[in-house]
Amino acid sequence: MSFKMLQFCKAGVAALALAGGLAASQVSAMADGVVNIYSYRQPFLIQPLLDAFTKETGIKTEVLFLDKGLEDRIAAEGTNSPADVILTVDIGRLVNAKEKGVTQSVEDETVNSEIPAEFRDPEGHWFGVTTRGRVIYASKERVAQDTITYEELADPKWKGKICMRSGQHNYNIALIASMIAHHGEEKTEEWLKGLKANLARKPNGNDRSQAQSIYAGECDLGIGNTYYVGIMLNNDKEPEQKDWANAIKVLFPNSQDRGTHVNISGMAMAKHAPNKDNALALMRFLGSSEAQSIYAETNYEYPVLPGAKVSETVKSFGEIKPDSLPLSEIAKFRKAASEMVDRVALDDGPAS
Amino acid sequence: MTVTPLPTAPERPSRFARVRGERHLGAFAGSVLVALAVLLPILTILLVAAGSSGDTWPHLLRYVLPRSAGTTFLLLFLVALGTGIVGVGCAWVVVAYDFPLRSFFAWALVLPLAVPPYLAAYAFGEFFHYVGPLQSGLRALFGFTSPRDYWFPDIRSTWGAALVVTSVTFPYVYLTARVVFLMQGRNIADVARTLGATPSRVFFRILLPVARPAIVAGIALVMMETLNDIGAVEYLGVRTLTLSVYSTWLNQGSLEGAAQIAAVMLVIVFLLLSAEQWARRKQRFHAARGTQMRSRPPRARLAPMRGLTASVALIVPILFGFGIPVYVFGQYVSRRLYQFSDPQVLQAFVTSVTVAAITAALTLTLALLILNAVRLSRGASTMFLVRLASVGYALPGTILALGLLLSLARLDNFIDGLARSFAGVSTGLLLTGTAASIVIACTIRFLALAESAVRSGLEKLPPNLDLAARSLGKSANQSAFMILLPLLKPALLTAAILVFVDTVKELSATILLRPFGFRTLATHVYENASRGAVEDGAVAALLIIATAIVPVILLSRPLMRDHNT
Repeated sequence: MSFKMLQFCKAGVAALALAGGLAASQVSAMADGVVNIYSYRQPFLIQPLLDAFTKETGIKTEVLFLDKGLEDRIAAEGTNSPADVILTVDIGRLVNAKEKGVTQSVEDETVNSEIPAEFRDPEGHWFGVTTRGRVIYASKERVAQDTITYEELADPKWKGKICMRSGQHNYNIALIASMIAHHGEEKTEEWLKGLKANLARKPNGNDRSQAQSIYAGECDLGIGNTYYVGIMLNNDKEPEQKDWANAIKVLFPNSQDRGTHVNISGMAMAKHAPNKDNALALMRFLGSSEAQSIYAETNYEYPVLPGAKVSETVKSFGEIKPDSLPLSEIAKFRKAASEMVDRVALDDGPAS
Repeated sequence: MTVTPLPTAPERPSRFARVRGERHLGAFAGSVLVALAVLLPILTILLVAAGSSGDTWPHLLRYVLPRSAGTTFLLLFLVALGTGIVGVGCAWVVVAYDFPLRSFFAWALVLPLAVPPYLAAYAFGEFFHYVGPLQSGLRALFGFTSPRDYWFPDIRSTWGAALVVTSVTFPYVYLTARVVFLMQGRNIADVARTLGATPSRVFFRILLPVARPAIVAGIALVMMETLNDIGAVEYLGVRTLTLSVYSTWLNQGSLEGAAQIAAVMLVIVFLLLSAEQWARRKQRFHAARGTQMRSRPPRARLAPMRGLTASVALIVPILFGFGIPVYVFGQYVSRRLYQFSDPQVLQAFVTSVTVAAITAALTLTLALLILNAVRLSRGASTMFLVRLASVGYALPGTILALGLLLSLARLDNFIDGLARSFAGVSTGLLLTGTAASIVIACTIRFLALAESAVRSGLEKLPPNLDLAARSLGKSANQSAFMILLPLLKPALLTAAILVFVDTVKELSATILLRPFGFRTLATHVYENASRGAVEDGAVAALLIIATAIVPVILLSRPLMRDHNT
């Protein structure tokens, strides 16, 4: 081996050593007094809660944010997985985590007393922490009515007037799954075709884009989550977003009958949690009135703890009557809902 | 070693020397190892695809694949056409004509390379939206009051996505085409000019055909990048195969089904790679004739009006690929200047640069290793391995990362099991629990980029250099290090920079594989974007662009120097 080649190899080794150095900085996550969180929820949203938790208990938190494949990653890591607590939005992902076998059962009196039975897994594998309504954003200017139903979205009177994000997005999948749970597949498919025919444009963007489109006059109705309206109304840096939010009113669908479809954000204990006690402490904390009010105030979500207050902004939308259908029922129809979106070609928009 | 009575038997004509009797098992074994490592995640995914997906496959075949494949092909076609026309056109104008600001355009046309497609998609979405500056301006100008008063193309469409992707990837074609225009066919072009052909005639009849292989190679890179994109198509609502992979995996809970779509994508990749290889073969033939690397290309001076037209035409792609994203994010940033001192953002910046530098070094080393094996053995099997090593580039990052995760985690747990039973200690997750997995993932993803850039450089070198060194008594390795490596410096720089820039922009593999507390600029942007608040990630977004610009400018400088001496 020539001298230069040797140098070359050295450079390679040095690079690997550097990578190792980066790795070494991660070891702290395994230390005592720590709880490791694998989260589908963005760090920004949960940081105030975690700070409060650390202040109260002295337990430090480490957050790993993933947007896809959280369950697959924990499953692959197996017994060596550092994950203690899983935080996620959408019932589907909680159920999926349980089905993939990456969670464990938690039977704890405190947690069970905080979180009502309808928002937790009967076997204790997952717990809802907050709820959010999947509501209709309606143009204040162009929509006169103050009540609406999901079923009505397929009414031809809305032709060319509805905006939504991709039908394959979690939140829409859960909504469609709830329709299947109530009406069966056949009727729901009819409804979805009607909704598709009423779209103003191809589904795209995020929930905020739908409000933006209503403000712009592209459509009169949009499908979105409650808390986005709160975030827009209080966005001081981009005042134009306040304009979007002020252009719409929030309609709670089906409040006259079965109630509005709600989804949850939730938590679960990882199967091989190395810091089980700390994990339990965090789960108890997230259900406590302190944490629940932080959730409500900063994220504009609905707390699950009975009696915990919602924020003033959220209150201004009006009273929500949640659909009483158990969430686990909805989760069952997710696959069917996703396939239906493919079949109907919802995401191709109104023209096709 | 066999003893031959006639040691001077003529060698089979070959680009690089293979001296009789020499064996390069080491080099070959090395390249086999590299190729296997690169293939590990892909094989894992194929293995998953081979599993039964229950009733998902018929569903995919009937409702998902035809539409997604159609959309994907349309997008690929539009992007190939767009980047071909813009990239080649710009390269030609800059090389063949002289006009004010020409040298500015020569390097500024590379700037869009610094903008990741997912950021460009967002910026375009905002810029061209009804409430965006363009339409607002038009309404003010013409007195329209509602979207029903006028027609405006929807950026959130396959056409829009093609515009976005074209705007930020055309520099790949521009770069390759420019190098060829500068270095190749110079002699034949000169002959044509002396015979009275106009520059444009020379272009269409001589230079374009000669440069075609290099252009195809550049477009193949662009198409692979288009194929693996998820951020832009997701935001713009364009249902490509990549997007279908995700909805099948996440919503229908079928990793097998998702892997089966990924397998279909691999077929497209192989088609692309075959086209590219075909192009390279032709290029080799041409390259041997145009070795006047230092000749000064005679540029035709444009009349003032035409010069102005050229400048206006050239500024358009720069405005699209660079101006719009910087404008949109710059506005958010102007309200958040304090974030520049945010320790999280600074830490993300350092991490991004460190990871990108390590990845670039590692990727370059591996690319040299396998290309050296090709040079020494020139066997069909080695070539095939090299080809295989490139497919990682076209797979969606998350899928590649998932394949890697499944295989590396198994390895980690295996090592941990061994350590526990023999030494009684736990090693934990050595690779998947650390940043090592991210470096590995990016290396696998971008090996194709480095390999392609270095190979272009290698193919431009006259083969007799190597032969001369060998006949003067140097060994194969000595020749490689003392003669070829120094001559390859520009190509190595290009390769390192391309990998560095792409690693800084990389998002989807990083986000799936990262350990606790590991934050890059890209993941920082995404954490904000995914909760619907891209604005709060704007500083990091602009830093990504800024970080990528420095090497991009470095990249264009040697080209300029060649040009102006």
